[in-house]
Amino acid sequence: MNFIHFIRGSLKIIFQGSKMYYAWLLFLFLMILWGALGYGNQLAEGLVKTHMRDSVSWAFYIGNFTFLVGIAAAAVMLVIPAYIYNWKPIKEIVIFGELLAVCAVIMSIAFIIVDIGNPQRFWHMLPGLGTMNFPSSMLSWDFFVLLTYLIINFAVVSHLLYSIFYGKEYNKKAVLVLVFISIPMAVAIHTVTAFLYNAIPARPFWNSALLAPRFLASAFCSGPAILLILFQLLRKFTHFEIKDEAIWTIAELMVYAMFIYLFFTVAELFKEFYSGTEHILYWKYLLFGIGDNKELVPYSWSSIIMGCIAFLLFLVPRTRKNFVTLNIGAVLIYASVYVEKGIALIIPGFTPDTLGQIYVYTPSMTEIRTAAMIFSLGFLLFTFLVKIAIAIIFEDYSVKSIEKKLTMSEQRN
Amino acid sequence: MKANKSRRSFLKNISFATASALALSSCELKSLDKFFQKNFRTLSKKEIDQMIKELEEDYQTKYGKEFHVSAKPATDQTLFGYALDISRCIGCRRCVYACVEENNQSRDPQIHWIQVLQMEKEKGVDFAHSDVHYNPEKVPEEGHFYLPVQCQQCRNPQCTTVCPVKATWQEPDGIVVVDYNWCIGCRYCMAACPYGARHFNWAEPNVPADKINTETHYLGNRPRLKGVVEKCTFCIQRVREGRYPACVEVCPVGARKFGNLLDPESEIRYILENKRVLVLKQELNTQPKFYYFFGV
Repeated sequence: MNFIHFIRGSLKIIFQGSKMYYAWLLFLFLMILWGALGYGNQLAEGLVKTHMRDSVSWAFYIGNFTFLVGIAAAAVMLVIPAYIYNWKPIKEIVIFGELLAVCAVIMSIAFIIVDIGNPQRFWHMLPGLGTMNFPSSMLSWDFFVLLTYLIINFAVVSHLLYSIFYGKEYNKKAVLVLVFISIPMAVAIHTVTAFLYNAIPARPFWNSALLAPRFLASAFCSGPAILLILFQLLRKFTHFEIKDEAIWTIAELMVYAMFIYLFFTVAELFKEFYSGTEHILYWKYLLFGIGDNKELVPYSWSSIIMGCIAFLLFLVPRTRKNFVTLNIGAVLIYASVYVEKGIALIIPGFTPDTLGQIYVYTPSMTEIRTAAMIFSLGFLLFTFLVKIAIAIIFEDYSVKSIEKKLTMSEQRN
Repeated sequence: MKANKSRRSFLKNISFATASALALSSCELKSLDKFFQKNFRTLSKKEIDQMIKELEEDYQTKYGKEFHVSAKPATDQTLFGYALDISRCIGCRRCVYACVEENNQSRDPQIHWIQVLQMEKEKGVDFAHSDVHYNPEKVPEEGHFYLPVQCQQCRNPQCTTVCPVKATWQEPDGIVVVDYNWCIGCRYCMAACPYGARHFNWAEPNVPADKINTETHYLGNRPRLKGVVEKCTFCIQRVREGRYPACVEVCPVGARKFGNLLDPESEIRYILENKRVLVLKQELNTQPKFYYFFGV
C-alpha cells in the first residue's frame, strides 16, 4: 500500500515545478518526439538510413555509447575524493553520482540497441537465454560489466533513498561494501569498453595500449563536469550544502585528469608521427585530412581547442575559483570530450578502411535524431530521479509526510 | 456500485484483450516460432529438417520458384584452401559478378563479396595507394596490377572470436560461416576483419526473382535478411558437393585455384609445393587459407 502512495506521491512531485521546469519538460518531450520519428524511419527501412556503410561500419552511435560509459564511470569515481577529503554531504554525492551513473548506463545500452541491425534479437546476448560468447568476445564482457554496474548502482541508490523515505537507518555495511565494489567496477566498465576497440589488430588506430588509460582520463574530465554544474544548481535551489572549496577541489582534480589525458595523447601522437609508419594515415585523416577529404578536421580541432581552453581555465587558480569561468570551462571540457568520443574516436578507426579505401562519413539526420531521442529520454529520466531524490533528501518527502496528509484528508472528510 | 461496474468492465476489457492477443498470435505463431529459433549449432537433426522445410516454403512463396536449401555438413579429411595468381589476374571483375549471381547478393543496394583492388606496380601490395573504383575502357591498365580480396578463411579468425552471440564460426572444413537467423547485426566482426570481407545488409536485400539462384545452403547463399552480416563461404553450397567455387569457374585467365589442403594430390598442394606463396597482412597472425602467388 505504501508503495502505491510512494508512486502516486512521486508522480505528483515530478509533474510539479516552476515555469522553467515545465519549459524544460516540454523541450525534452518535443525532442523525444522529433527523435523517435527519425528512429522509426530507421526501424522500418534499416540502418541504410544512417550514413554508415561497409567501410565505416561503426560510427556516431558507438561513439555516443563510449562517451556515456565514460560519464557513468566518472560519476561514481567522484565518491573517492568525497571520501578522502571528507566533504560533508558525502551521502548526497553518492546518491546523485549513482543516479547519474544509472541514467548514463541505460543511455549507453540504448545506443547499442539502436546500432544493431536486429534489435529484436537482443536477447541472444543475454546469459542463459541466448548464446553469450563469454569469455571470448569483449562485447559480451562489456555488456556483462555494464549490466552488473547498473544493478549495483541501482541497488545502492534505491536502498539509500528508500531508507531516508521510511526514516530508517540505512544498512551502512552493505552500502559501503557495494560502493567499494562499484568504484573498481567503474574503472572496469570503461577499461573493458576501451578493450573492445583496443583488442582489434585490424584497426591500427585503436590498437594502442594507451587507449584504456586515455579513456579513463577523459572520462574524469567529462563526468565531473556534469556533477560540478549539478551541485551548483542543487546548492542554489535546495538545502544541499557543498562548500566552495569542495567544488574547487573537484575542478582541481579535473585539471590533473586533463593533464594526464593531454600527456597520453601527446605520447601517442609522438610515437605515431615520429615513427611515421603507414598507420599514421588514420591520425592524418583525423587532424589534417587526406587529399581533399578533410571532413573530420573541423571536429578534431574544435575538440582540441575547447579542451585546451578548458584546461587553462581550470589550471589558473583565479579562473578556477571564479564560478563564471569555471562553468564555461566545465561546458567546454564536456563538449570537447563529447566530440572526441562521438566523432574523433570511432570514425578515423575506419577511415581509410582495412583495404585502404576512403569512405567519407558524417552522421545522417536520422542518426542525429535518434541520438537526440536517447539523450532527451536520458535527461528526462535523470530529471525525474533527481527531483524525487531532492524531495526525499531535502524536502521531507517521506512515508510520515504521506501518512500525515492522508489522515488530514480523512479528518477533513 | 460504481466501483463494481468499473471492475466488471475492466475484467471484460482484459479478457477481450487476451482473446484478441491469442487470436493474433495464432496466425503469428510461425513468426513467434522464428523469433525463438535457436542458434543453428544447438539444433537437433529433426529441428534442422523442420526449419529447412519451412524455409524452402517461405522462399517459394516469396520468389515463386522451388528452392533447395542444403544443410550438408563438412566431409571428413577436408580443409579447403584457395590460391590466386597475381601475375595472371587482369582485373576484369568477372569473379565479382559471378559471385553476386551464385550467392544471391543484394543487387540494390549492391553487395560484393569480392573486392578487386587496382595497385601500382611500383608500389607493390600497398592498400593505401590502391583503388577499388577503377573504371577504364579496358583492363589491365598500364603500370598496374590487380589484387582481388575476399574472405581469407583464416585459420585464426578474429571475426568469430569477437562475435558476442556465437553467430559466426569456423566449420570443420575450414569455412567461416554466419547463421543469418542468429546474427544480431552488431557488426563487431566487420570491425575485427582485417580484409573488409564482411558485408552488412544495411537495407532489405533485393534480388529479382528471375535472377535468384535456388540451389542454396543454409550457411551460405540462401536469401538473407535486413540487418545481418554476410560473407564469402568459398561457395559452400558448391564445394561440399565436390564442385569449384563460382569465381574459380568463371576466371577467364585461370588465376584462381581451389582444392583440399589435406589431399596431397590436389592442385592447391601442388602450388604450395612448387610456387612461393604469400598471405595478406601476415603480421596480424590470422593465418589465411587464401594464398597469393606469382605463377609466371
